[in-house]
Order: sequence, then C-alpha cells, then structure tokens
Amino acid sequence: MSFGSLRHFGPFRSLGETAHAGSVDLLFGGLVACSALVLALLFFLLLRFSIHYRAGNAAADRDHRIKKSWHWEVAWTAATLAVFLALFVWGAQLYLELQNTPKDALPIYVVAQQWMWKVEHLGGQREINELHVPLGASIRLIMSSQDVIHSFFIPEFRIKHDVVPGATENLWFRSRRAGVFHLLCAEYCGTDHSRMTGRVVVMEPAAFEQWLKQQDVSGTLAGQGEALFRQLGCSGCHGAGASIRAPALDGLYGKPVPLSDGSITVADDAYIRDAILRPRAQIAAGYEPLMPSYEGKISEYELVPLVAYIKSLAGSAGAP
Amino acid sequence: MTERNYLTVDNTLRSWFFTTDHKRVAVLYFAGITLFFFIGGAAATVIRLELIEPQGHLVTSDVYNRLFTIHGVVMVWFFLIPSIPNTLGNFIVPLMIGARDLAFPRLNIASWYVFMLGGAVTLYAVFMGGIDTGWTFYTPFSTMYSNSYVVLAVAGVFIAGFSSILTGLNFIVTIHTLRAPGLYWYRLPLFLWSLYATSAILVLATPVLAMTLLLMTLDRVGGLGIFDPARGGDPLLFQHLFWFYSHPAVYIMILPGMGVVSELVAAFSRKAVFGYKFVAWASLAIAAVGFFVWGHHMFVSGQSPFAGLVFSFMSFVVAVPSAIKVFNWTATMHKGWIRFDAPMLYALAFIGLFTIGGLTGLFLACLAYDVYVTDTYFVVAHFHYIMVGGMVTAYFGGLHYWWPKITGRMYPEYWARAAAILIFFGFNMTFFPQFILGVLGMPRRYHVYPPEFQVWHVMSSAGASILAVAYLLPLFYLGWSLFFGARAAANPWGATGLEWQTPSPPPPENFALTPEIRRNPYQYTHDGEAVPQNA
Amino acid sequence: MPDPHLAEQFVDLRQQQNAAELGLWTFVASEVLFFGGLFLAYSVYRIADPTGFAAAARHTEIVLGTANTAVLLTSSFLVAWAVAAARAQSRRTAAALLWMAAVLGVVFLVIKGFEYRREYDEHLIPGLNLATSGSHATADNLFFSFYFAATGVHAIHVALGIAVIAATGLRAWQGAYSAEYHAPITVAGLYWHFVDVVWIVLFALIYLPGRAP
Repeated sequence: MSFGSLRHFGPFRSLGETAHAGSVDLLFGGLVACSALVLALLFFLLLRFSIHYRAGNAAADRDHRIKKSWHWEVAWTAATLAVFLALFVWGAQLYLELQNTPKDALPIYVVAQQWMWKVEHLGGQREINELHVPLGASIRLIMSSQDVIHSFFIPEFRIKHDVVPGATENLWFRSRRAGVFHLLCAEYCGTDHSRMTGRVVVMEPAAFEQWLKQQDVSGTLAGQGEALFRQLGCSGCHGAGASIRAPALDGLYGKPVPLSDGSITVADDAYIRDAILRPRAQIAAGYEPLMPSYEGKISEYELVPLVAYIKSLAGSAGAP
Repeated sequence: MTERNYLTVDNTLRSWFFTTDHKRVAVLYFAGITLFFFIGGAAATVIRLELIEPQGHLVTSDVYNRLFTIHGVVMVWFFLIPSIPNTLGNFIVPLMIGARDLAFPRLNIASWYVFMLGGAVTLYAVFMGGIDTGWTFYTPFSTMYSNSYVVLAVAGVFIAGFSSILTGLNFIVTIHTLRAPGLYWYRLPLFLWSLYATSAILVLATPVLAMTLLLMTLDRVGGLGIFDPARGGDPLLFQHLFWFYSHPAVYIMILPGMGVVSELVAAFSRKAVFGYKFVAWASLAIAAVGFFVWGHHMFVSGQSPFAGLVFSFMSFVVAVPSAIKVFNWTATMHKGWIRFDAPMLYALAFIGLFTIGGLTGLFLACLAYDVYVTDTYFVVAHFHYIMVGGMVTAYFGGLHYWWPKITGRMYPEYWARAAAILIFFGFNMTFFPQFILGVLGMPRRYHVYPPEFQVWHVMSSAGASILAVAYLLPLFYLGWSLFFGARAAANPWGATGLEWQTPSPPPPENFALTPEIRRNPYQYTHDGEAVPQNA
Repeated sequence: MPDPHLAEQFVDLRQQQNAAELGLWTFVASEVLFFGGLFLAYSVYRIADPTGFAAAARHTEIVLGTANTAVLLTSSFLVAWAVAAARAQSRRTAAALLWMAAVLGVVFLVIKGFEYRREYDEHLIPGLNLATSGSHATADNLFFSFYFAATGVHAIHVALGIAVIAATGLRAWQGAYSAEYHAPITVAGLYWHFVDVVWIVLFALIYLPGRAP
C-alpha cells in the first residue's frame, strides 16, 4: 500500500497537527526534560563515585560518612513525590480534555472488523480504510467492533482508543492542518493486524463538501436506518398505531430514561445500541419486558444507520 | 574436588532427581530456566531478523504472530519469574539465614517437577503449531477467534503457576521460622527482604491468574461465552482479571533483581547499604502498592476516566520506592572502596538501565502521553529495559557473584567483564531505537510496517545480533570454569554475609554448627574489611 | 535422641509445627485469592443483571444444596473434634472422627452428583444442553457457567481433602501421632475448614439469590 503524499512521522517535524497533539508533544518535552535531568544527575554521581572512591584510590577522604540517613531519605522522597504529582496532574488534565467531546462535534461512525476499518458518514457516504474529514471542525468518532478488540490510532494526532466488541467507544479530534495522516490498528487482532492500516484525509471544508457530494450514496445514514427500522419490524411496536405498547422513540436521544429498577440512565449511543441487542438488561419504567433481542440478527455495520436514524428523530438532542 | 560438598556427596542420577537438598534443586532449576531462556531467545532472534525488512519475507504473518506470543509466554513464565527466586534464591536463602535447608524441602523438589511439566506442556503446544494470541491472551480473540493451540499453551502456564505459589510459600515460611539465633528481621540481608516481598506477590497474585486462565479455557472449550459480549460477557473483565495478576507479576520479576543489586553494591563498595531500613520497606511497599496499579494497562481500553485517574496516580506512587532504592544504592557507593569485578559491572548497569526503564514508566503512567504511546514500541522498549536491562542484568550479576559459592570455581574475570560490557552495548543498541520507534508511532506486534521505520529496526536488529553473541559468551566461559576454573576460597570477595562463612561449595548440611548472629548484615570496617554477622 | 518426626532442617518439633501451620495459612491465602477471583467475576455479572441472575438461581436445587451445607458443617465439626482428641492422646478416637469426616465428604460429593444429574435432566448445562431461551438465555448461560465452574472447582478441592483426611486418619490409627506431634492433623483440619468456608460463601452467592421473600 502506497502512502503517497503522507506527511512523515515525527513529533518534532510538525507543530502539532491538532491542538491536542501539540499539547501532548509539550508534555513529552516536559517528561524528557525531567528524565534527562534525573539521568544526568545519576550518571554523574555514579561516574564520580566510581572514579573517586575506587578501591585503588586510597587518598580519597572516606571519613565523615553520612550516618543520619533519614534526612536524605525524606528529602529525596519528597522531591520525587512532588515532581511525580506535577507530572500526574499535567497528564491527567490533558487526558480529561480528550474525554470532553465538544457538543457541536460532527459525528462519524466507524466499525472495525478483521482486518479493515469501515467508515460511515451521516449522509450515507461509506469508506473503507479511509476517513475524510473537514479541516477545523471537531470530529467525533463513534466506534464499534464487529469481532475482536481493535484500536483506532492516528499517530500524528497523538490519539488512540480501543474498539471493543459489545461496546460503543468515543474519540474526538480537531485538525488544524490539511493533509493525509496514518490510520493504524493498535490492538493485536489476528493474522493481518499489521495490515489493518489506512489514511485520514483532512480537507478544506469546501473540498470536503464536494467530496461528500461525489460519493455514491443510497440515501443518508438516517434514511438507510429508517428503511432498516421497517425491515426489521421495529415499527411494528415503536411505530405509530402499533398494537403493542412500546416506548416512543421521538426525542429519545440524549434524554434521561427512567428504568424499571428505579434508576435513571441517559439515552446515549451505548444505551440505544444495548437496547436493540440486549433489551432485557435495562427495561424502561412502566413497560413490559417484551422486546425481542436482535443479537446475532444485525451486524455492527447495520446497527450504525439504525442508531443514526433513532438519534435523528424529531426533538432529539442529537439531530444532525 | 576431594572434599565433601553438596556436589560430590553422591553422584547418581537418582540422588539428583530425588534430591531434597535446596542447593541441588537450585541447580536443577538453573538447567531448566537456561533451556527456556534460549528457546525464548531463539524466537526473539527470528523476530529481529524478520523486522529488518518492512514487508517481512522471512516468515508469514501467522508464524510471526506465533513467534512473538511464544517469546512472551516462555520468557515471562518460564524464565523471568522463576529465574532469581528459584536458582539464586533456592541456593542462597538457607545459607543467608543460617539454616540447614528451606522449611519444606520436598515441596521444593516437587515444585521443580511441576515447573518442568508446565514447561513441557507449553513447549508441546509450540511444536504442535504454537499459539498466536500474544502473551496477554486478550478475549474474545483468544476464546473465540484464534485457531491456535491456546488451551494447551495456557495449560502449561497454569501448571507452572503452582510452582510459583509453592516457591513463594516455602520462602515465606523459611524466612519466618528458620532464622538462626540472633537474626532479627532488621539483620536480614536485603536480598531476603526482597525475596520475602516477591513471595507475598507470588502467593497472592498467581492464583488470580490461575482462575483467569481457567475461565478463559472453559469459555473456549465449552463455548460458554463468559467473555463474549453477544452473550452478556465482558471482554474488559478478562483484562481486569489478567492484569490484576500480571502487573504484580512484573514486580515478582524485578524485586529479586533489586535484592541482588543491594548485595552486590554493598559487597563491591565494601560498605553497608545506605538507608537499609528504607530499602527493606521499599521492597514491601512496591509489592503492596503494585496490586493497585493494574488499570494503567487499560487507559485506552474503554475503562472509565475516573478509574484512569486513580490508576495513573497510583502508578506514580509505586515508582517512588523504586526511586528510593536507586538513590540509596548510589549513596552506598559514596565514600566506599569500589571494585569493578564483573558482578559490580552488572550492578552498575542495572542501576543505569533500570532507571531509564523506570523513568519511561513515568511516561506511561502519565495519562495523556500513554494514550499516544500505549500499544507502541515505546512500551516494548520500556519493559525490555526493566526486564532485560534490569532483571536479566541483575541475574547475571548474582550468578557471577555466587558462582564461586555454587560451583567452587572462579570464572575467568576478564572474559566476564568483556561479556558484561558487550551485553551493555548490545542491549542499548537493540532497545533504545525502540523508544524512538514508539515515539514515532510504530505499533507493537506488527509483522509488516511502514518503510519510514526501517532504519530504526535495522539498528535494533544489529544490536540484537551483538546481544545474542554476548549472551552466549557466559555459557562458554562459565562452562569452561566448571572444569578449568581456579578453585574458589570460602569468601573470594571478602564480603559479609553468612553464605561466605561456609566452604565453596558448601557441604550438604550448609553449616557444621548453626551460626549465631551478632550484628547487622553489611558491617565493614572503615578500611573496607568485612566483619561477618556471626563473628 | 532426636524425635523421629523431627525433620533435619528444624531445631525442634515446636518450630516444625509452627512452620507447618504458617505454611497452610499461606496456602489458604492463595486459595482465597483463587476463589476470590472467581467470585469477583461472578459478582460483576450479577450486578450487571440482578433480576436475570436471581431468576436463574431459582433453578438451583436449594434442598440438596442446604443438605450439603449441613453435611460439610458437620464434617468440619468432626475434624475439629479429631484435633482435640489428638491433643488428648486419644488416637483411635481421632482416627475414627477423621474417617467419619471423610465419609461425610464423600456424601457431599454424592449429593453433588445427584444435583448435577438433575441439572443435566433439566437442560441447564451451558455448552452441553442449556435449553432456556428468550429473555433468560443470557443470564441462565452466564449464571450456570459460573455455577458449574465454582462448584466443580470446589468439588475438586473436596476430593483432595477427602484423600488427605482419610490418609491422616489412617496414620492416626497406626499411632503415628501423639500429644506432642499431631501437626498433620491440625494442618489437614485447617484445609478442610477452609473448603467448608468456601462452600458457605458459594452457597450464599449461588443458591440463595432470588429466594428471599
């Protein structure tokens, strides 16, 4: 596979393809600086002591050896703890930024399977092993796996997240330079793990819109989902005029849902997905546990448009 | 050798394979782990040869995946974990304690048979076609997708785990109950403190691995779906259970090495270890805190951010006692009488390389940076610096230090120093480029890789070829010394320590009379003369 | 003349006894972690689906399980009595008590065998013939996977314990022990008590859910 015009790897050759990457590189610099200082001090002392206090050097002053060791112990332990605390806070704070997906992020769906990445845009555009995104926009990747654990890794953006079967994972970024970047799988997943690679293509917004229009689509993602909704029989209970009493899905996404055990959960991507695959695990308050499970009847890849459709229903918090 | 010692007292095969003498058990273990070291090393050799080229033409991906798996499995469970405790520990612990043998000698030889049986089962899995899950056996790949000999390989590890537990049990009871008169806890050599801490982990962590492997096997064999999300299972539960053992396991591997280094630094600086109590308690602290950091292997796995914060913080905390040890070893050398025999070269190498490995551990404990470098070669370099640059180096240091005691022969000093220096050079050339690879973004467990990375891989493989030769050297000159080496005196290094108060090699009963302990373990005069504990 | 029971690495019988007991407590600690791992995994899944697990647990044979609990508790009592008998130098009593405890252990396994047979007939064995379907399939599969794993591993420990207790009983009958030296009985007893405690925890976790009024 040719990488063509890909930018080279290298933390020091770029100023940070994203703001986050720049911050991570700064953190790296800090860690290297601390390590270098400690290492330099250690090597200096080891060398100095080895030479000056070697057995052959009888002239060295070996009197007045340090007896009260605990002053030194407390001092260097405290210093170590202080530096470690600072590094912990720095890393944690940056990490929490990565957990905080901006509300206005553009969602794009990713399904991982052995050994390829399938990407679906809201407009129904599909890609394999490629991810086209507009420059400057916050992108939110909603990821799931068809089979084993994979890991979505964009080295130039300094981000990575495992993609676990049975779960929906979230990863966001905002690029600040157009270009083509590496996409790699970073969790061993079988024979062709090292060939499960691709490209992340960041385009100027206008070029991105053009690209979207040029793709062959069979309807928007939500539109495909609506078709599946009917095909799989969901409308039989959840549609208008259904004979079975089932929770209404209009405006469901993003809203709190009271459950039969008294607790309240939020209808996020994971909730909707779990409700389709394992409906008996969390039963909505006031409803009978009648919904059949679709586990094994629908692939991760088909779940994507279905979930997108439900999210798009009128009044939902996440309507695109 | 005409005098009576544990080697000459009986030479029949039966006396070796049915021995209960801890010294002979140690030699049996030494043979076993050396065999496994070279098997794991052979896998590493093929891996490094393959990685010279980005597109990999030496072996197929399936074979490559089996190679790195078996390298990890064999090195972790059949070399690193048993090495120092079961060879040096078995031999030296009763001597350092002034005892006749360990508390349970028959359990000791039984544990060797269990270990070898486990190794045989895993090797059989390799000969049948191997296992391709990685040494971490992540589900659902290992339980539902892998077409390799998972159950067989895992069975061998499960069996060998009993050997670990029995060894830890033996050491704990020995150190508690068999100390010679006057040998209070604060008079114990630091090697024993670290083995004690190691034994606590062996006893408490290994059973969790056993249960994890059992559940994984039942899942795979019975199609139970315990870790299958489609049937209510949770792949992350496997990771939590696995790492709950496997993180403390890395402390099982490094603590004995640290114990050896304490002995070496004291003996070759002719000076008491600085901050003895702090070093002793640091071993216990590492063991204890080490049970609370396992989630740092799972920062990007989908575990909650809150869990990430806790595990990151604890991972920084667990690094503190290790740092304390490094500072104390350095301070020990201050105003000492330093000699540069091969064991000391290894000890110095350990301090440097372990510090590099430990500092890079901070990079990994740091949440936002770990997100970038986890599952890359940065992690591979980090743990090889600790395990090979640290543990294996300490093992070689201890082996050379106690070689006269174990064999009654001196090894050729200049060959040993040359090998130590060559190992240091080859090691850094092999593994430092891997830090660079990781920082550049190269993932681990990759058979083929983007061509931009080739230069670093070639450098690493070149280093590996030097390392391979360097590791073969001791095999030859130590072997030579068995037949032609100079006869060793009881205390060739002039060190303190009870093990040097008995002939080299020791008689089967270790001491003619039970020693009486009168002082601290590292008492040297101002001019560097040893004052033994029982003098 | 050193005591014939004194192993040469020990100074006296007292030290040997201390070592034996510490050894067994250490072993018990490792077993606690072994079963602990299992119970932890079980608890994670049970917390994720409490109603499902409670429903599945109702399929267990509470009568047989309770009977087994009584059997094990009684056998533990007999073993404790045997230790006291050994200390009082009544070696025949000690031996008889140990054998009775071993017999009760066998009774436990037999009852367990009946239970497994019932569960086979009711199609409750995951991977073999588990036949529940619909809404309960997931919980039944997980619950019974853990049920068989836990009771199976426990049964192996019981079998080993029976062998140890019976052998110790035989040695006691042959006069191998005395008031000064009966560490093997204490140690075997400790192991048996541990196996009993594991059963009690297992019983509470596996048989009792879903049965509270």
